[in-house]
Amino acid sequence: MKNSGALKVTTPSEREIAMTRVFDAPRRLVFEAWTKPELVQRWLYGPDDWRLAVCEMDLRVGGALRFVWRHSAEQSMGMSGVFREIAPPDRLVFSELWDEDWTGGEALNTIILTEHAGKTTLTQTVRYSSRAARDGALKTGMEDGVAVSYDRLAELLTPWKSQS
Amino acid sequence: METLQALAEPNRFQIVELLRDGPRSVGDMVHRLGLRQPQVSKHLRVLSDAGLVDVRVDAQRRIYALRPAPLKELEAWIERYRRVWEANFQRLDGVLAELQAKEKKRGRTKR
Repeated sequence: MKNSGALKVTTPSEREIAMTRVFDAPRRLVFEAWTKPELVQRWLYGPDDWRLAVCEMDLRVGGALRFVWRHSAEQSMGMSGVFREIAPPDRLVFSELWDEDWTGGEALNTIILTEHAGKTTLTQTVRYSSRAARDGALKTGMEDGVAVSYDRLAELLTPWKSQS
Repeated sequence: METLQALAEPNRFQIVELLRDGPRSVGDMVHRLGLRQPQVSKHLRVLSDAGLVDVRVDAQRRIYALRPAPLKELEAWIERYRRVWEANFQRLDGVLAELQAKEKKRGRTKR
């Protein structure tokens, strides 16, 4: 499959992790793919052998979202959140709280879409409640060793990747 | 796991950051971190137990250096996770291509 662009992971601040990726489509479609459960379910499932078993989105400010990833009967991970800002086609903000709260409280996800010549740059930033929360997220995610915690763990990139 | 636990403490994280520039004496790190020497020594012991740093004695000074192996391991691990997100996004590429194709088709028949 054609790969529109390399995924870049950075850490804008000690509480944040950001991912940037270019998509070969207008941003209203990227927004749609991020906000329609039946579409989200088709791509946001992590490693190939997992699936996004539950994907519920009450797409209004204050509305709830609920994701449960499942690998097998014993292995699943759930996350709940609340939509904070919904501004198609360029901005989506929601909180996230994992069932096994390894991030020391709620984190905030901000997705910003910019469009240029029919291509969309997606910037997805997760902001944790504190540096300690972020470090806690790293620690527990590693202990679980479960691939779905990727978003939390990507921030491990902190010093060794971003300063090269 | 041990690597992360060792790094999860902000002061230890700072020590590792300092050592990325090269080996340093305990005194030097005490000075730079603004911590008391016993604290720094305690953190260094944890880092050493986790295999993150090596120590050698040079005259009266203890010089600490970063051991690259655990961090490399960590990097490899991170890379694996980055690939997972990349897998998500590659599938999203496919979904977007499909949405675009559908729109085009709709555009031809109506609108």
